Amino acid sequence: MALTLADVARIAHLARLELDATEAEVVHAKLQSIFALIDALDTADTSGVEPMAHAQDLAMPLRDDVVTETDQHAVFQRGAPAVADGLYLVPKVIE
Amino acid sequence: MEVTDATVAEVVAALRTKEVSSVELTRALLARIEAAQPHLNAFITIDAEGALAQAAAADAALARGDAPTLAGVPIAHKDVLMTASMRTTCGSRMLANYTAPYDAHVVTGLRAAGTVLVGKTNMDEFAMGSSNENSFFGPVRNPWNAAHVPGGSSGGSAAAVAARLVPAATGTDTGGSIRQPASFTGICGLKPTYGLCSRYGLVAYASSLDTPGVFARTAQDCGLILNAMAGHDPRDATSLPRPREDCTRDLAQPLTGLRIGLPRQYFGDGVAADVARAVDAALDEFRALGAVTVAIDLPNVGLSVPVYYVLAPAEASSNLSRFDGVRYGHRAAHYTDLVDMYKKSRAEGFGAEVKRRILTGTYVLSHGYYDAYYVKAQKVRRLIADDFTRAYAQCDVLMGPVTPRTAYRLGENADDPVQMYLGDIFTIAGNLTGTPGLSIPCGFDRQGLPIGLLIQGPALAEARLLNVAHRFQQATDWHSRAPGGNS
Repeated sequence: MALTLADVARIAHLARLELDATEAEVVHAKLQSIFALIDALDTADTSGVEPMAHAQDLAMPLRDDVVTETDQHAVFQRGAPAVADGLYLVPKVIE
Repeated sequence: MEVTDATVAEVVAALRTKEVSSVELTRALLARIEAAQPHLNAFITIDAEGALAQAAAADAALARGDAPTLAGVPIAHKDVLMTASMRTTCGSRMLANYTAPYDAHVVTGLRAAGTVLVGKTNMDEFAMGSSNENSFFGPVRNPWNAAHVPGGSSGGSAAAVAARLVPAATGTDTGGSIRQPASFTGICGLKPTYGLCSRYGLVAYASSLDTPGVFARTAQDCGLILNAMAGHDPRDATSLPRPREDCTRDLAQPLTGLRIGLPRQYFGDGVAADVARAVDAALDEFRALGAVTVAIDLPNVGLSVPVYYVLAPAEASSNLSRFDGVRYGHRAAHYTDLVDMYKKSRAEGFGAEVKRRILTGTYVLSHGYYDAYYVKAQKVRRLIADDFTRAYAQCDVLMGPVTPRTAYRLGENADDPVQMYLGDIFTIAGNLTGTPGLSIPCGFDRQGLPIGLLIQGPALAEARLLNVAHRFQQATDWHSRAPGGNS
């Protein structure tokens, strides 16, 4: 599966990463060599093999459905680039 | 021996006999850290004032007689573990000014044990890298030869322990990021079983692989630090619900009859001659200690690098989507709208390797490629795990080199990511299978650069691995060699 320059532009948009034309070409070349490495996976016969998502086969633990956190929004917002009245500020999205 | 060069166990003893106070020791190490910083760049943040206050509190507890196990022992944390007392940058411009609201679970554990936190160590950005050249705060240099890399991604922690700036430090290991830099800098590095140490407060790279662990100069020290880091934490859903254990309990056990598996794939043509020779000499030492060696086949282990470079970037692309310039981290100064703000903030905040992995991960998870890459890699992950399960039916531990070659020169692989990725061929399987691995020094190449021996075991075999390494270190002195000739 050949990764094209158009694919790079598409995934950069999906990943919300700005790439100019020069950067895209450099990244394209590097990603092609990375995918040449990854393509070695095709040499393995995986018919009938269950995918392994995780090293542990544990069931997810359950806890009682009670509030355990205290309100710390001021602490958590201390590192935010822009806040006002307890809200995160972003550029206007609705005209 | 100077107490500033002492191991964790020796520091604990010296503090309790009042041979030295924690304030005296911390002050001496802080001076050493400051002096080493211009040429090693091992630290991103140094907290002299905070460290001396903690040291004074430890001295008071020692005087009262109610001091916890590691009271007064200076340590450093990799800058990917969150600390409320100082910034956590992950080696990235994205988080250059970020201070976390809480401590990571392992940080809390080591604080409770009385350790003194002197600072946060340099690392490859978001733990992505094998050379520590990918840090926004500049590369770390190898204390054995400043023209060479210390390994990565936990390169700062490794360099700090090797250069005797601290007796121990934390690291994290997603594909080899503790074991490889330990090998490159001639110290011990323990990647525990997945789930033994909580990931709460560890800034996520690849959540199914990320593992907090330890750097120290002896196996015994690794166990002492691990004892304070491990333990069940309900805030991490993958934290193993099991009682605390003393990982140093079996250190003195004899190795008579120990079955050491030697995977054929770890002793092939790709291994440098000096590395192979040092590993063979270590194996002779183990035979002299009563162990027997058995040949092992891990037919799929050669595919661990391609599996890793699908799964880890896939998880990274998802985990790092949280850095959007809204809730924390860098926000671009100029943008046109919300999407443009995301794109510019992320483009400015992340370095080249992080972007490559995010893009790789986005691609393998994207529509039409998910089965061909992501599911395929998960299936090969199962094949690799099955290889190891079969191996541990025939032997107690596996041994081989940590890396095919010793520390390379700065810049040597910087423009060739695939070449750098292939250096992690022997360590990645430990992450894919969630099993523990320990790197210990076992010699030097003809350039005088350290060589590491990898000791791997089945899940929860930490006490066994430390026992095996400890007996080797009782019989040899590779672990006490120091850069610059002081030992």
